[in-house]
Amino acid sequence: MESASSIGWGGLVASLTLVVVALVLSWRMKLGLERSMLWSCARAGVQLLLTGWALTLVLKPEASIAWSWAWVVAMVGVAGLTVRNRAGDVPSILPLALIATATVGAVSLGVIFGFHIFPIESRTVIPLAGMMIGNSMTSVVVAARRVTGELSDKRLEVEARLALGLSWKEASRPYLREAMRTAMIPQIESTKAVGLVFLPGAMTGLILAGVSPVDAVQVQLALMYLILGSVATSVTVVAVGLTRRLFTDDSRLVRLVRVG
Amino acid sequence: MSEPAASDPTTPCFQFVDVSLQAPGGEAILSRVDASVASGGVTVLVGPSGSGKSTLLRLCNRLEVPTTGHVLFRGRDVAGLDPLAHRRRVGMVFQRPTLFAGTVRDNLLVAEPGGTDEDFQAVLERVVLDGSFLDHTADDLSVGEAQRACIARALLTRPEVLLMDEATSALDPDARRAIERLALDLVEGGLTLLWVTHDLEQVRRLIGEQIDRVLVVLGGRVAAPDEAATFLADRDPDTA
Repeated sequence: MESASSIGWGGLVASLTLVVVALVLSWRMKLGLERSMLWSCARAGVQLLLTGWALTLVLKPEASIAWSWAWVVAMVGVAGLTVRNRAGDVPSILPLALIATATVGAVSLGVIFGFHIFPIESRTVIPLAGMMIGNSMTSVVVAARRVTGELSDKRLEVEARLALGLSWKEASRPYLREAMRTAMIPQIESTKAVGLVFLPGAMTGLILAGVSPVDAVQVQLALMYLILGSVATSVTVVAVGLTRRLFTDDSRLVRLVRVG
Repeated sequence: MSEPAASDPTTPCFQFVDVSLQAPGGEAILSRVDASVASGGVTVLVGPSGSGKSTLLRLCNRLEVPTTGHVLFRGRDVAGLDPLAHRRRVGMVFQRPTLFAGTVRDNLLVAEPGGTDEDFQAVLERVVLDGSFLDHTADDLSVGEAQRACIARALLTRPEVLLMDEATSALDPDARRAIERLALDLVEGGLTLLWVTHDLEQVRRLIGEQIDRVLVVLGGRVAAPDEAATFLADRDPDTA
């Protein structure tokens, strides 16, 4: 048996047992998911092994911390592209997603290191930035889709508000609010439920690595609060930025369909 | 920026000067429209579906802007006016009654945030709805009542012009005639009305024999008088 913080290759292979269970279930129930399960497991394995290899280079004691910051910049770029791929039908999403993830990175790392919650080291910069940006990505996609969906579905209402002399800010406010709520609620709910049903990743990792549960809980709580703040920041940047782009300077909703 | 004067009966209310409008894909919606709308009374924009008459109406309160050409409001280019102030002077009622979530009072508060129940009861009276409707939610209203509430909401900005975009096409005949009577009463009170419809009987009810008060819109342009006369005669239920 390996130590809790190092399962070894044997442990990794053993963990595939449950993937075999999933494959058998998919095959018996005729779900047709066997190929995608195998592909996702293989892809995750390759991606994470490559990441682990790159991290060992960056986290070497003699490596400059500049490499870690470069890693964070790359993370922002990849996150922006991922959001664009998931919400490609939303106009101008790439620059907004880049601004949102960069803002999240700057604000969250600024708070983390400004208040000395964690020390500024390569081993803290990359995982913390990854956690903040990664968690914000899903919410950014939801926010972008909901803003466009709300303003498109409620176009008549929005135009009725504009026709009453309301500015684009006033006319879009109820729909923007609804989109932002939809994007933020899952994170709020998961923050509420934490500890009751599931033990989150960082805490589980620390406990498995032998850290005392109280210390692990403190780290996890700090991370959850920071993630909540990051999600709220990224959702606000994308939702407000996108709403602005969907209106002209003279408060007209951009034309999406021909009017008769 | 100074706003155009409200009352010079000799200046047209709206003028379309060589107005063209293209969809983002390049498709022409309006092509070189030259027309004017007199101040006061009712002017009807009539034409088949998709002819561009609603777009022409939306140019009047700057929910659309022309690709080329100019729209003038009382002699001033709409492009040079403050769009929010202009929209309060040129109110609009849409084809489908578009009430916001909440009560009728909530809706009226959007148009007049500082309004009192007395103000709102007064405006509801103008559209022949009693004050008890203030507490009704949008879902409680019939389509006709909802459209009246929309007109009341538009009137709260004290517009000089009201744009009616097929505002009665979703209503039953009784409700339709009631809204027409209401509109004509508002015109009696000095309002200028632009009414988009494809119903020629409604045209007759609104303007009688004042044929100069009709703009026929065909294929993205305003038809010349002889073409307009042919269009109206071809579709006149009395001569068909």
